[in-house]
Amino acid sequence: MKTILKYDGSFEGLLSVVFYVYEHKLKEVSIIKDKHYEPNFFDHSIAILSEPKKAKRVWQGLSKKLSPKAKTKLYKAFLSETLKIENTILYYIRKALSASVSIENDFTDSEILHIEKTVKKVDREKHRMDAFVRFQLTKDGIYFATVEPDFDVLPLNARHFKTRYADQRWLIYDLKRNYGIFYDLLEVQTITLELAKDINRGDKASIYFTYEEIEFQKLWFNYFNSSNIVSRKNIKLHIKHIPKRYWKFLTEKKF
Amino acid sequence: MDFKRINEKLEILADAAKYDVSCSSSGSNRKNSNKGLGNSNGMGICHSYTEDGRCVSLLKILLTNHCIFDCAYCVTRKSNDIKRAAFKVQEVVDLTINFYRRNYIEGLFLSSGIFKNADYTMERLIAVAKKLRQEENFNGYIHLKSIPGASDELMREAGLYADRLSVNIEIPTEKGLKLLAPEKDRKDFIKPMEKVKNEIIQYKNEKKLLKRVPIYAPAGQSTQMIVGASGETDAEIMYTSAYFYKSFNLKRVYYSGYVPISNDNRLPTIGSAVPILRENRLYQTDWLLRFYGFDVRELLNKEHPNLESDIDPKLSWALRNLDQFPIDVNKADKRMLLRVPGLGLKSVNKIIKARRYRKLNWENLKSIGASLNRAKYFIICDSTTFETKDRTSAQLKSIILSNSNSKFSATLSNQLSLFDNHNTLSA
Repeated sequence: MKTILKYDGSFEGLLSVVFYVYEHKLKEVSIIKDKHYEPNFFDHSIAILSEPKKAKRVWQGLSKKLSPKAKTKLYKAFLSETLKIENTILYYIRKALSASVSIENDFTDSEILHIEKTVKKVDREKHRMDAFVRFQLTKDGIYFATVEPDFDVLPLNARHFKTRYADQRWLIYDLKRNYGIFYDLLEVQTITLELAKDINRGDKASIYFTYEEIEFQKLWFNYFNSSNIVSRKNIKLHIKHIPKRYWKFLTEKKF
Repeated sequence: MDFKRINEKLEILADAAKYDVSCSSSGSNRKNSNKGLGNSNGMGICHSYTEDGRCVSLLKILLTNHCIFDCAYCVTRKSNDIKRAAFKVQEVVDLTINFYRRNYIEGLFLSSGIFKNADYTMERLIAVAKKLRQEENFNGYIHLKSIPGASDELMREAGLYADRLSVNIEIPTEKGLKLLAPEKDRKDFIKPMEKVKNEIIQYKNEKKLLKRVPIYAPAGQSTQMIVGASGETDAEIMYTSAYFYKSFNLKRVYYSGYVPISNDNRLPTIGSAVPILRENRLYQTDWLLRFYGFDVRELLNKEHPNLESDIDPKLSWALRNLDQFPIDVNKADKRMLLRVPGLGLKSVNKIIKARRYRKLNWENLKSIGASLNRAKYFIICDSTTFETKDRTSAQLKSIILSNSNSKFSATLSNQLSLFDNHNTLSA
C-alpha cells in the first residue's frame, strides 16, 4: 500500500521526509505538502516533522553520490513548487544513492529529464527577477520592489542583489508568497510585512515615494519609448520576452 | 536636476542612438569591490524589451548628435534637418547612476556624433566613464564608442574605464564606403581597433607575470555593419566579418538591417522594408562560424554569394553536402553532430552526455529537444526505422519546407517577390 507522507512545505521538511523514508525502509510513498493534502478514507498518511539535524545528514550524505551542481538542481526543482515534484526528487535521490556511477546526465530517464527541465524553468524565472525587479526609492531611503514570480525564486536572487547593490538598502517583496528579502547594508534577511494596500497605485505614489523618484520613473518610461524602432515593430516577440503578467511591475509599462 | 530639460535631451539622444544594435552587457569581469555600486561579471541581463523585440540592457545614448560628418546612411548626418542636443558630462553620470540603482539597466553605452574633431569627442566620452568609475565607485558595465581617428593615447585611456569598446565599420565594402561616406577612410576605423587589440594582448601578457595590472577593456571589442544600404552580397558581408573576427579578435560583429531614414538616391527609399529576414540569416551564419565550427568558405563562396532566404544556412549547407550524411548520433564526433540540421549546441551537449548511459533512440532524441522534423533525414540512431529513401537535395528541401512553419512565412512570400523585382532591375 502507498503511504502518504505530509510535510510542512520547507526544503528542510522535505529532506526530513527523505530521512524518514530511508529510516523506515518505505517503498511505495507519495510526498505532499500539508496545505495540499485532502484527507480521504483510503489513504494511509503520516505527518513528518521538520528536523534540522536529520535534514542536514541527508543533505551532506548526498554529496557522496551527487555533485554540488546536482544538489543545487534538487533545491531549485523544489522551489518550482510543482505538484508532485517531491516524488521526482525522491526518485532522483534513490537512484543516485543506489547507483554505482553518477546518474546526473542520464537524460534517457524521463524523471531525471523532468528535473532538468524544471530546473531550467526555475532558472529562467530567477533570471527574470534579476531583470524585472524595479526599485522605487521610498521616502525613508529604501529601494523597494514588489514581485509575483511564478516560482519561489527569491532565495536564489538574494546573492545577486546583495553583491550588485552593496551600498544601498533594498527590499524585494513577493506579494504572492507574502515574504520579502531585505538588505540592510550588511546582510540579507527574510522578512514578512503588512504592506499598505495602495502601495502600488500610481495615484498614491507621492505618499510613499520621493519627488525625484517619480521624475526618474518618467525619464525611464520616455527613454524606453524613444529607443523603440517603429518600422521594426514585432509585438509577438516583445510579449514573448516580457509576458504580460510581469507588466504591472515594470516602470516602463506603468504610465 | 532640471528634469524637463533632461527629458527633452534624453528623447533626442536616445532616439539617435537606437540604430546601434549592440546591447550586450556580458563577458566582462568587473567585481564590486569595497562595497561600491554594481558589478558586471558573468552573464548580461536584458532588463526590458522594446516593442520591436530588442533587448534593453544598457542606457544607450549619444553624448551629442551634433556632427561634422555627412554620411548618407546616418540619421545624425550634418545635412539632416533634425533637433540637436548635447548632454553635459555630469548629466550622463547622474542618469546612469539613478537608472542603475533602480535596476533598469546593466550600465551605459555611450556614443557620440563627432564635434570639433575625433580626439575632442573621445576625450568627452572618456570623461564620463572616468567620473563614473572614480567618483561614483561604479562597477557596472560601460561600453564606449571608439571614435574613428582618435589618438592612441586616448584609446589606451578609454580601455582603462570601459568594459567594451567598439568602432562601427558600418559599410561592409570599401567601395560602398566611398559612395556613402566619401569623407571617411577605412583606415580611420581600423586604427583605434588595432590599438585596443594590442592593448588587450599586452594586458593579458602582463597579467600572467604581474599580480596587479589595471584591467583593460575586459569585454573586448565589437563592431557593426549596416545590411542592405550599399548593394553588397551576403558573401561580402560575411567575409568582412570573418576578417574582423580574426584580425582584431572581436567579441561580436553586429548586423543591422538598414532602416531607411533619408531620401538620398544612393540609398533604399523611405518606406522600403527593413531586411529583417536577411539580417536573421546573417546572424545564423555568424553563429555557425563562432560556435559550430564552420568556415565561412563552406557557407558562402563564388557559386553561392548569397544565403538562401527560405531555409537556414546550416540546412542549406547540409543539402549541398548530402554525401556526408546520414551520421550515427551514437558514434559521431561533436564536430559532425553540430553540423546536423535540427541539432543545436544544447541538444548536442545533451546527446553526448546521455549516450554514455545507453544508445539513444528516436524517442530519447525527441525528449532531449532535437528538432527531428529536420534532423531525421540526416541521422540514424538506435532504431530499426530510419529514412531509407534516397532523395535529391531539392526533394528533401521541399519535404522539410512543407513540414515546417517558418516564423518568417509571411515576410518570406513578400520578400521573395521583392527580391525577384530587384533581380530584374539589376539584370
